[in-house]
Amino acid sequence: MNVLFNEMTEQEKLNHFIARIEAGEKIEADDWMPEDYRGTLIKLISMHGISEIMGALPEKEWVPKAPTLNRKLGIMAKVQDEMGHGQILLRVAEDLLKPCGKKRDDLMQDLFNGDLKFHNVFHMEAKTWGDAGLIGWLVDGAAIISQTNMLGSSYGPYSRALHRICAEEVFHAQHGEAIIMALAEGTEQQRKLVQDSIDYWWESLLLFFGPPSKKEVGSSKQDITIKYRIRTSTNEELRQAFFSKYVKRILSLGYTIPDQTLRFDKESETWIYRQPDWGKLKVYARNEGPRSQGRLSLRRISYENNKWVREALAPKVM
Amino acid sequence: MKNEALKNISIKELLLQLADDDFIHSYRGAEWLGLAPHIEEDVASASISQDTMGHAAIFYKLLEELGEGDADRLAHDRPAKERRNAIILEAANGPGYYMKDPDYDWAFAVVRNYFYTEAKAIKIQSLQSSSYEPLAEVAQKVQMELYYHLMHWKMWFVQLLGSHHADAVSRMKAAIDKTLPDFAGVFSLGQYGEEMVELGLIDGGIQKKWVEAVTPIFESVGLATTFKIGMAKGDGRNGVHTEDLEAALETLSEVYASDKAASW
Repeated sequence: MNVLFNEMTEQEKLNHFIARIEAGEKIEADDWMPEDYRGTLIKLISMHGISEIMGALPEKEWVPKAPTLNRKLGIMAKVQDEMGHGQILLRVAEDLLKPCGKKRDDLMQDLFNGDLKFHNVFHMEAKTWGDAGLIGWLVDGAAIISQTNMLGSSYGPYSRALHRICAEEVFHAQHGEAIIMALAEGTEQQRKLVQDSIDYWWESLLLFFGPPSKKEVGSSKQDITIKYRIRTSTNEELRQAFFSKYVKRILSLGYTIPDQTLRFDKESETWIYRQPDWGKLKVYARNEGPRSQGRLSLRRISYENNKWVREALAPKVM
Repeated sequence: MKNEALKNISIKELLLQLADDDFIHSYRGAEWLGLAPHIEEDVASASISQDTMGHAAIFYKLLEELGEGDADRLAHDRPAKERRNAIILEAANGPGYYMKDPDYDWAFAVVRNYFYTEAKAIKIQSLQSSSYEPLAEVAQKVQMELYYHLMHWKMWFVQLLGSHHADAVSRMKAAIDKTLPDFAGVFSLGQYGEEMVELGLIDGGIQKKWVEAVTPIFESVGLATTFKIGMAKGDGRNGVHTEDLEAALETLSEVYASDKAASW
């Protein structure tokens, strides 16, 4: 079988590969795969992994400050989970990178020199305890929608990682919701924390799902990821699902959404909303967001300060 | 009656020491989140800090049950002079703030974590047969998690000191020299220490047991076992503290203090 496979032309291998994913089979790390499939997965999964790690930082800022013992425990557990997700995903990315001769160290360098991007939301500031709650509630809520979309991914290792990650993300969203509910039921000041957070994060939450098509930012990977069955829904479908799930909940707590044009159009069964400034995605991709450099600097400091530890632990060359 | 009062105060003092030690220790650990030498270690040490915060919460809860007030208030709303933690545990992880330019020292983290966990393991072992039953019960639970914490930090300690990497070894030795002169503060039981031991709340001689426990580890990595353990900066059990604690308290109670009456 293997011999036969190796005798196939590239086109035959590709046809075989497409037939496999169309039959719902999972592709494994050592299987043959087209280069653009590998490339797309590497980009997607390394970005997802590094975003989990960079995404731990905004909440980490609030771990020491969490206002009660239980909140301290909850947010510590969450940040730990995020780092854990980052680790699992980087391992998945590392397997894909192996044939390219790249390792985790290279991913870190790519992050530092700006080649490896992290999600737009994690370039934003987490200025208040309200932001710490909102990140759990709505950013993780958005992440669940976008990741659930890839649970059935044709790439087996990613699909399996996502199953575990999504299960934990549900707890995170509950943790965030619990913080928000306590604030929403609290004093005027506490209530205001939540409204300020919604106002600050709303645009980022819309940007999070990516542009509806490539005309907004010049490129989009959604076509290739759908073609290769890495995901099923489009960016816009995911954003619509987010509106459907959260708009009512936000309004029912007595809060407003900073978009007066937002409404559900019954005829077309879609949410009509003001487009976010798509140009900001490019700004964040250049690491020019409000907290981009601050967070990158933390990772760089940690990487440089601990260089001696990595050296001391490195296997000795005899 | 006098004896009863002395017993009560001894129990409370001991619980405050245990709670405050774990609380500030976990806080220092939490400052390391996202900054550990590698991602796997970040996950592992975050888990340990989380367990440790859980232990602090349990001890504060025991105080709450004794009528000392709300556990969250005990954790967040006591000035430095009322805190009973050992001074070495409040020492900053290094120069800088955890959100900006944290110039943290992993060698100091490993040394302090290993030394403290070893001392805590000895105390928790003893507390399992404490005459104060609620404490004996929670000590059983803490013991189970502590086993892994100790294994983890011991492994780091031995690996770095046994690495034959000159820089690593010298950083570790410097961290030991920084830690030991204040480490007796962890063994101290404070001004009611004698009563605690007499009442069977906890065994004395913790320092001696600690030295016995770490001696073979020191020997295994070729370190001298002349331990110069002291309390150079004073006894935290009696409310003596440093600016490092003041700064930490300000950070850790920032949100709580913004509205103490609010439900968070």
